Amino acid sequence: MQYRSPLANVRGLGSAKTGLFHWWMQRITAVTLIPLSFWLIIFLDLSLHATWRDTVAWLTSPLNTLCIVAWILAVFYHAALGLQVVIEDYVARESAKIIAVWTVNLVFIFLALAALIAVFRIISIG
Amino acid sequence: MAEFTLPKNSTLIKGNTYKASEAATNVRRFEVYRWDPETQENPRIDIYELDMDDCGPMVLDAILKIKNDIDTSLTFRRSCREGVCGSCAMNVNGKNTLVCTKAIDAYPDTIKIFPLPHMAVVKDLVPDMTHFYAQYASIKPWIETQTPAPSDTERLQSKEDREVLDGLYECVLCACCSTSCPSYWWNGERYLGPAVLLQAYRWLVDSRDENTGERLDELEDPFKLYRCHTIMNCTDTCPKGLNPAKAIAETKKLLVQRKLG
Repeated sequence: MQYRSPLANVRGLGSAKTGLFHWWMQRITAVTLIPLSFWLIIFLDLSLHATWRDTVAWLTSPLNTLCIVAWILAVFYHAALGLQVVIEDYVARESAKIIAVWTVNLVFIFLALAALIAVFRIISIG
Repeated sequence: MAEFTLPKNSTLIKGNTYKASEAATNVRRFEVYRWDPETQENPRIDIYELDMDDCGPMVLDAILKIKNDIDTSLTFRRSCREGVCGSCAMNVNGKNTLVCTKAIDAYPDTIKIFPLPHMAVVKDLVPDMTHFYAQYASIKPWIETQTPAPSDTERLQSKEDREVLDGLYECVLCACCSTSCPSYWWNGERYLGPAVLLQAYRWLVDSRDENTGERLDELEDPFKLYRCHTIMNCTDTCPKGLNPAKAIAETKKLLVQRKLG
Protein backbone atom coordinates (compact mmCIF):
# COMPACT_ATOMS: atom_id res chain seq x y z
CA MET A 1 0.00 0.00 0.00
CA GLN A 2 1.34 3.39 -1.04
CA TYR A 3 0.59 6.13 1.49
CA ARG A 4 2.93 8.83 0.16
CA SER A 5 1.00 11.70 -1.39
CA PRO A 6 1.40 12.38 -5.13
CA LEU A 7 3.15 15.66 -4.25
CA ALA A 8 5.64 13.83 -1.99
CA ASN A 9 6.44 11.50 -4.89
CA VAL A 10 6.99 14.43 -7.25
CA ARG A 11 9.10 16.49 -4.85
CA GLY A 12 11.13 13.37 -4.00
CA LEU A 13 14.68 14.18 -2.88
CA GLY A 14 14.38 17.74 -4.19
CA SER A 15 16.33 19.56 -6.86
CA ALA A 16 19.97 18.54 -7.46
CA LYS A 17 20.77 22.27 -8.05
CA THR A 18 23.01 21.19 -10.91
CA GLY A 19 22.67 20.35 -14.59
CA LEU A 20 23.44 23.76 -16.08
CA PHE A 21 27.20 23.09 -16.25
CA HIS A 22 26.72 19.72 -17.94
CA TRP A 23 24.27 21.18 -20.49
CA TRP A 24 26.39 24.26 -21.13
CA MET A 25 29.65 22.31 -21.61
CA GLN A 26 27.88 20.02 -24.07
CA ARG A 27 27.02 23.06 -26.18
CA ILE A 28 30.45 24.70 -25.78
CA THR A 29 32.29 21.52 -26.85
CA ALA A 30 29.84 21.06 -29.76
CA VAL A 31 30.55 24.56 -31.10
CA THR A 32 34.31 24.15 -30.51
CA LEU A 33 34.28 20.89 -32.47
CA ILE A 34 32.87 22.49 -35.64
CA PRO A 35 36.11 24.29 -36.72
CA LEU A 36 38.34 21.65 -35.12
CA SER A 37 36.64 18.83 -37.03
CA PHE A 38 37.05 20.67 -40.34
CA TRP A 39 40.74 21.04 -39.51
CA LEU A 40 40.96 17.31 -38.69
CA ILE A 41 39.30 16.27 -41.96
CA ILE A 42 41.74 18.43 -43.97
CA PHE A 43 44.71 17.18 -41.94
CA LEU A 44 43.73 13.48 -42.30
CA ASP A 45 43.15 13.96 -46.03
CA LEU A 46 46.66 15.46 -46.42
CA SER A 47 48.25 12.76 -44.26
CA LEU A 48 46.67 10.00 -46.31
CA HIS A 49 48.69 11.03 -49.38
CA ALA A 50 51.85 12.21 -47.58
CA THR A 51 54.91 10.33 -46.36
CA TRP A 52 55.22 9.32 -42.72
CA ARG A 53 58.01 11.85 -42.25
CA ASP A 54 55.90 14.72 -43.67
CA THR A 55 52.96 13.79 -41.44
CA VAL A 56 55.14 13.79 -38.34
CA ALA A 57 56.64 17.13 -39.37
CA TRP A 58 53.19 18.71 -39.87
CA LEU A 59 51.89 17.37 -36.57
CA THR A 60 54.93 18.81 -34.81
CA SER A 61 54.14 22.37 -35.90
CA PRO A 62 52.76 24.22 -32.84
CA LEU A 63 49.39 25.11 -34.44
CA ASN A 64 48.71 21.53 -35.60
CA THR A 65 49.72 20.09 -32.21
CA LEU A 66 47.39 22.56 -30.52
CA CYS A 67 44.53 21.63 -32.86
CA ILE A 68 44.89 17.86 -32.42
CA VAL A 69 45.15 18.14 -28.61
CA ALA A 70 42.14 20.48 -28.48
CA TRP A 71 40.15 18.13 -30.75
CA ILE A 72 40.97 15.11 -28.56
CA LEU A 73 39.98 16.91 -25.35
CA ALA A 74 36.78 18.36 -26.84
CA VAL A 75 35.63 15.20 -28.62
CA PHE A 76 36.08 12.84 -25.68
CA TYR A 77 34.56 15.30 -23.22
CA HIS A 78 31.61 15.87 -25.59
CA ALA A 79 31.14 12.12 -26.11
CA ALA A 80 31.19 11.41 -22.37
CA LEU A 81 28.66 14.19 -21.66
CA GLY A 82 26.38 13.00 -24.47
CA LEU A 83 26.48 9.32 -23.60
CA GLN A 84 25.73 10.15 -19.97
CA VAL A 85 22.50 11.81 -21.11
CA VAL A 86 21.57 8.79 -23.24
CA ILE A 87 22.18 6.40 -20.34
CA GLU A 88 20.17 8.59 -17.94
CA ASP A 89 17.33 8.63 -20.48
CA TYR A 90 17.06 4.89 -20.99
CA VAL A 91 18.49 3.12 -17.92
CA ALA A 92 15.95 3.41 -15.13
CA ARG A 93 17.56 1.32 -12.38
CA GLU A 94 19.67 3.55 -10.13
CA SER A 95 22.59 1.13 -9.58
CA ALA A 96 22.86 0.16 -13.26
CA LYS A 97 22.68 3.84 -14.23
CA ILE A 98 25.57 4.91 -11.96
CA ILE A 99 27.76 1.95 -13.01
CA ALA A 100 27.05 2.58 -16.72
CA VAL A 101 27.73 6.34 -16.51
CA TRP A 102 31.02 5.88 -14.69
CA THR A 103 32.18 3.01 -16.89
CA VAL A 104 31.63 5.27 -19.90
CA ASN A 105 33.37 8.21 -18.21
CA LEU A 106 36.42 6.13 -17.29
CA VAL A 107 36.63 4.55 -20.75
CA PHE A 108 36.64 8.01 -22.34
CA ILE A 109 39.20 9.35 -19.83
CA PHE A 110 41.58 6.47 -20.67
CA LEU A 111 40.95 6.83 -24.41
CA ALA A 112 41.69 10.56 -24.22
CA LEU A 113 44.87 9.91 -22.19
CA ALA A 114 45.99 7.24 -24.66
CA ALA A 115 45.38 9.60 -27.60
CA LEU A 116 47.26 12.44 -25.91
CA ILE A 117 50.22 10.20 -25.06
CA ALA A 118 50.30 9.04 -28.70
CA VAL A 119 50.39 12.66 -29.90
CA PHE A 120 53.21 13.57 -27.52
CA ARG A 121 55.20 10.48 -28.56
CA ILE A 122 54.81 11.45 -32.22
CA ILE A 123 55.81 15.08 -31.73
CA SER A 124 58.81 14.09 -29.60
CA ILE A 125 60.11 12.18 -32.65
CA GLY A 126 59.69 15.16 -34.98
CA MET B 1 15.21 0.07 -18.88
CA ALA B 2 12.70 2.17 -20.72
CA GLU B 3 9.82 -0.02 -21.92
CA PHE B 4 9.53 -0.29 -25.68
CA THR B 5 6.96 -3.07 -25.92
CA LEU B 6 3.54 -3.41 -24.35
CA PRO B 7 3.15 -5.74 -21.36
CA LYS B 8 1.00 -8.82 -22.08
CA ASN B 9 -2.11 -7.47 -20.39
CA SER B 10 -1.93 -4.25 -22.45
CA THR B 11 -1.83 -5.90 -25.88
CA LEU B 12 -4.81 -4.79 -27.95
CA ILE B 13 -7.43 -7.30 -29.05
CA LYS B 14 -10.24 -7.00 -31.60
CA GLY B 15 -13.45 -5.58 -30.20
CA ASN B 16 -17.02 -5.15 -31.35
CA THR B 17 -18.15 -3.61 -34.62
CA TYR B 18 -21.23 -1.39 -34.76
CA LYS B 19 -22.38 -0.99 -38.37
CA ALA B 20 -24.15 2.12 -39.67
CA SER B 21 -27.74 1.72 -40.81
CA GLU B 22 -28.33 0.60 -44.43
CA ALA B 23 -29.89 3.97 -45.27
CA ALA B 24 -26.78 5.99 -44.33
CA THR B 25 -24.88 7.36 -47.34
CA ASN B 26 -22.18 9.45 -45.68
CA VAL B 27 -20.43 6.95 -43.38
CA ARG B 28 -17.20 7.42 -41.44
CA ARG B 29 -15.41 4.70 -39.50
CA PHE B 30 -14.19 5.33 -35.94
CA GLU B 31 -11.87 2.94 -34.11
CA VAL B 32 -11.93 3.57 -30.37
CA TYR B 33 -9.70 2.21 -27.59
CA ARG B 34 -11.75 0.48 -24.89
CA TRP B 35 -10.60 -0.87 -21.54
CA ASP B 36 -12.67 -1.68 -18.47
CA PRO B 37 -10.75 -2.19 -15.19
CA GLU B 38 -13.60 -4.25 -13.77
CA THR B 39 -13.16 -7.05 -16.29
CA GLN B 40 -9.98 -9.09 -16.58
CA GLU B 41 -9.92 -8.54 -20.36
CA ASN B 42 -7.20 -6.91 -22.40
CA PRO B 43 -7.94 -3.53 -23.97
CA ARG B 44 -9.80 -3.79 -27.28
CA ILE B 45 -10.55 -1.65 -30.32
CA ASP B 46 -14.27 -1.13 -30.95
CA ILE B 47 -15.32 -0.06 -34.43
CA TYR B 48 -18.21 2.37 -34.87
CA GLU B 49 -19.60 3.41 -38.26
CA LEU B 50 -21.34 6.77 -38.03
CA ASP B 51 -23.67 8.53 -40.44
CA MET B 52 -21.99 11.93 -40.88
CA ASP B 53 -25.27 13.49 -42.10
CA ASP B 54 -26.56 12.96 -38.57
CA CYS B 55 -23.44 14.02 -36.61
CA GLY B 56 -21.76 17.28 -35.60
CA PRO B 57 -18.51 18.42 -37.26
CA MET B 58 -15.98 17.82 -34.49
CA VAL B 59 -14.37 14.58 -33.29
CA LEU B 60 -16.00 15.17 -29.89
CA ASP B 61 -19.40 15.28 -31.61
CA ALA B 62 -18.73 11.80 -32.99
CA ILE B 63 -17.68 10.51 -29.55
CA LEU B 64 -20.82 12.03 -27.99
CA LYS B 65 -22.93 10.45 -30.74
CA ILE B 66 -21.44 7.04 -29.95
CA LYS B 67 -22.11 7.58 -26.23
CA ASN B 68 -25.69 8.86 -26.72
CA ASP B 69 -26.94 6.61 -29.54
CA ILE B 70 -24.79 3.49 -29.78
CA ASP B 71 -22.80 2.54 -26.70
CA THR B 72 -23.50 4.27 -23.37
CA SER B 73 -20.58 2.48 -21.68
CA LEU B 74 -17.96 4.54 -23.57
CA THR B 75 -16.11 6.62 -20.97
CA PHE B 76 -14.28 9.92 -21.63
CA ARG B 77 -13.78 13.39 -20.19
CA ARG B 78 -15.28 16.51 -21.73
CA SER B 79 -16.70 19.76 -20.48
CA CYS B 80 -16.54 23.09 -22.32
CA ARG B 81 -16.52 21.77 -25.93
CA GLU B 82 -14.61 24.89 -27.06
CA GLY B 83 -10.95 24.26 -26.23
CA VAL B 84 -10.86 26.11 -22.92
CA CYS B 85 -11.16 23.44 -20.23
CA GLY B 86 -8.57 20.98 -21.57
CA SER B 87 -10.56 17.92 -20.50
CA CYS B 88 -11.01 16.13 -23.82
CA ALA B 89 -7.33 15.64 -24.73
CA MET B 90 -6.93 12.37 -26.63
CA ASN B 91 -4.69 10.76 -29.20
CA VAL B 92 -6.38 10.91 -32.61
CA ASN B 93 -4.70 9.19 -35.56
CA GLY B 94 -1.40 9.20 -33.69
CA LYS B 95 -1.37 12.83 -32.59
CA ASN B 96 -2.57 14.33 -29.32
CA THR B 97 -5.27 16.97 -29.60
CA LEU B 98 -8.38 18.42 -27.99
CA VAL B 99 -11.14 16.51 -29.76
CA CYS B 100 -13.65 19.34 -29.24
CA THR B 101 -11.70 21.73 -31.49
CA LYS B 102 -10.56 19.13 -34.05
CA ALA B 103 -12.77 18.74 -37.11
CA ILE B 104 -13.57 15.24 -38.38
CA ASP B 105 -12.86 16.55 -41.88
CA ALA B 106 -9.24 17.23 -40.85
CA TYR B 107 -8.67 13.48 -41.22
CA PRO B 108 -8.86 11.69 -44.57
CA ASP B 109 -10.25 8.28 -43.67
CA THR B 110 -10.73 6.11 -40.59
CA ILE B 111 -10.37 7.98 -37.29
CA LYS B 112 -8.51 6.13 -34.53
CA ILE B 113 -9.11 7.46 -31.02
CA PHE B 114 -6.84 6.47 -28.11
CA PRO B 115 -6.24 7.87 -24.62
CA LEU B 116 -3.17 10.12 -24.10
CA PRO B 117 -0.03 8.01 -24.64
CA HIS B 118 2.03 6.47 -21.85
CA MET B 119 -0.40 7.38 -19.08
CA ALA B 120 -2.06 4.87 -16.79
CA VAL B 121 -5.63 4.37 -18.03
CA VAL B 122 -8.52 4.71 -15.59
CA LYS B 123 -11.10 3.52 -18.13
CA ASP B 124 -11.48 3.74 -21.94
CA LEU B 125 -10.28 7.24 -22.94
CA VAL B 126 -9.71 8.52 -19.39
CA PRO B 127 -6.04 8.73 -18.30
CA ASP B 128 -4.88 9.07 -14.68
CA MET B 129 -3.71 12.69 -14.32
CA THR B 130 -2.77 12.50 -10.61
CA HIS B 131 1.00 12.65 -11.15
CA PHE B 132 0.71 15.38 -13.80
CA TYR B 133 -1.34 17.59 -11.46
CA ALA B 134 1.08 16.94 -8.56
CA GLN B 135 3.94 18.04 -10.83
CA TYR B 136 1.99 21.21 -11.59
CA ALA B 137 1.47 21.86 -7.87
CA SER B 138 5.20 21.31 -7.23
CA ILE B 139 6.23 24.39 -9.26
CA LYS B 140 4.05 26.61 -7.03
CA PRO B 141 1.82 28.05 -9.74
CA TRP B 142 0.87 31.14 -7.79
CA ILE B 143 2.43 34.56 -7.16
CA GLU B 144 5.12 34.64 -4.44
CA THR B 145 6.16 37.98 -3.01
CA GLN B 146 8.02 39.60 -0.12
CA THR B 147 6.46 43.02 -0.63
CA PRO B 148 3.02 43.27 1.01
CA ALA B 149 0.14 43.89 -1.40
CA PRO B 150 -0.75 47.60 -1.86
CA SER B 151 -3.64 48.47 0.46
CA ASP B 152 -5.73 50.35 -2.10
CA THR B 153 -4.95 48.74 -5.49
CA GLU B 154 -4.05 45.43 -7.09
CA ARG B 155 -0.39 44.63 -7.78
CA LEU B 156 0.02 46.65 -10.95
CA GLN B 157 1.61 45.49 -14.17
CA SER B 158 2.49 47.53 -17.28
CA LYS B 159 1.01 46.61 -20.64
CA GLU B 160 4.48 45.55 -21.82
CA ASP B 161 5.00 43.33 -18.77
CA ARG B 162 1.60 41.74 -19.34
CA GLU B 163 2.43 41.05 -22.99
CA VAL B 164 5.35 38.89 -21.84
CA LEU B 165 2.77 36.38 -20.64
CA ASP B 166 1.13 36.07 -24.08
CA GLY B 167 1.70 32.57 -25.42
CA LEU B 168 1.98 31.27 -21.86
CA TYR B 169 -1.24 32.16 -20.05
CA GLU B 170 -3.36 30.44 -22.74
CA CYS B 171 -2.17 26.97 -21.66
CA VAL B 172 -5.14 24.91 -20.43
CA LEU B 173 -3.06 22.03 -18.98
CA CYS B 174 -4.60 19.44 -21.28
CA ALA B 175 -1.30 17.46 -21.17
CA CYS B 176 -1.24 16.90 -24.95
CA CYS B 177 2.37 18.16 -25.02
CA SER B 178 3.74 16.29 -22.00
CA THR B 179 2.24 12.98 -23.12
CA SER B 180 3.67 13.40 -26.64
CA CYS B 181 7.20 13.83 -25.28
CA PRO B 182 9.45 10.72 -25.40
CA SER B 183 11.53 12.13 -22.55
CA TYR B 184 8.35 12.35 -20.47
CA TRP B 185 7.45 8.77 -21.44
CA TRP B 186 10.82 7.39 -20.27
CA ASN B 187 11.41 9.63 -17.25
CA GLY B 188 8.03 11.15 -16.38
CA GLU B 189 8.43 10.34 -12.68
CA ARG B 190 11.19 12.96 -12.43
CA TYR B 191 11.08 15.05 -15.63
CA LEU B 192 8.45 17.77 -15.21
CA GLY B 193 7.46 17.71 -18.90
CA PRO B 194 6.68 20.56 -21.31
CA ALA B 195 3.29 21.59 -19.90
CA VAL B 196 4.53 22.04 -16.33
CA LEU B 197 7.79 23.68 -17.50
CA LEU B 198 5.80 26.16 -19.61
CA GLN B 199 3.77 26.99 -16.51
CA ALA B 200 6.96 27.30 -14.45
CA TYR B 201 8.32 29.76 -17.04
CA ARG B 202 5.03 31.69 -16.91
CA TRP B 203 5.80 32.43 -13.23
CA LEU B 204 9.52 33.05 -13.83
CA VAL B 205 8.72 35.95 -16.17
CA ASP B 206 5.72 37.40 -14.32
CA SER B 207 6.81 40.96 -13.45
CA ARG B 208 4.89 40.82 -10.15
CA ASP B 209 6.58 37.68 -8.81
CA GLU B 210 9.53 38.14 -6.44
CA ASN B 211 10.74 34.55 -6.14
CA THR B 212 12.49 34.04 -9.50
CA GLY B 213 15.78 32.89 -7.96
CA GLU B 214 14.17 30.25 -5.76
CA ARG B 215 12.07 29.05 -8.70
CA LEU B 216 15.23 28.65 -10.81
CA ASP B 217 16.93 26.82 -7.91
CA GLU B 218 14.09 24.31 -7.87
CA LEU B 219 14.21 23.78 -11.64
CA GLU B 220 17.98 23.36 -12.00
CA ASP B 221 18.11 19.59 -11.99
CA PRO B 222 19.32 17.03 -14.56
CA PHE B 223 15.90 15.38 -14.53
CA LYS B 224 13.29 18.04 -13.72
CA LEU B 225 14.44 20.39 -16.51
CA TYR B 226 17.37 19.03 -18.50
CA ARG B 227 15.57 15.91 -19.77
CA CYS B 228 14.25 18.23 -22.48
CA HIS B 229 16.28 17.39 -25.59
CA THR B 230 14.37 19.81 -27.87
CA ILE B 231 12.52 16.99 -29.61
CA MET B 232 9.74 19.54 -30.27
CA ASN B 233 6.82 17.09 -30.22
CA CYS B 234 5.28 19.41 -27.59
CA THR B 235 5.16 22.43 -29.88
CA ASP B 236 4.06 20.30 -32.83
CA THR B 237 1.09 18.82 -30.99
CA CYS B 238 -0.15 21.76 -28.84
CA PRO B 239 -3.84 22.23 -29.76
CA LYS B 240 -3.64 25.86 -28.57
CA GLY B 241 -0.70 26.67 -30.86
CA LEU B 242 1.68 27.40 -27.97
CA ASN B 243 5.42 26.77 -27.88
CA PRO B 244 6.47 24.91 -24.70
CA ALA B 245 9.88 24.05 -26.25
CA LYS B 246 10.65 27.78 -26.48
CA ALA B 247 9.60 28.35 -22.86
CA ILE B 248 11.97 25.56 -21.77
CA ALA B 249 14.81 27.00 -23.90
CA GLU B 250 14.18 30.44 -22.34
CA THR B 251 14.34 28.87 -18.86
CA LYS B 252 17.71 27.31 -19.73
CA LYS B 253 18.86 30.74 -20.97
CA LEU B 254 17.83 32.33 -17.64
CA LEU B 255 19.99 29.76 -15.82
CA VAL B 256 22.95 30.57 -18.09
CA GLN B 257 22.33 34.29 -17.56
CA ARG B 258 22.31 33.85 -13.79
CA LYS B 259 25.66 32.02 -13.84
CA LEU B 260 27.51 33.85 -16.61
CA GLY B 261 25.51 37.00 -17.41
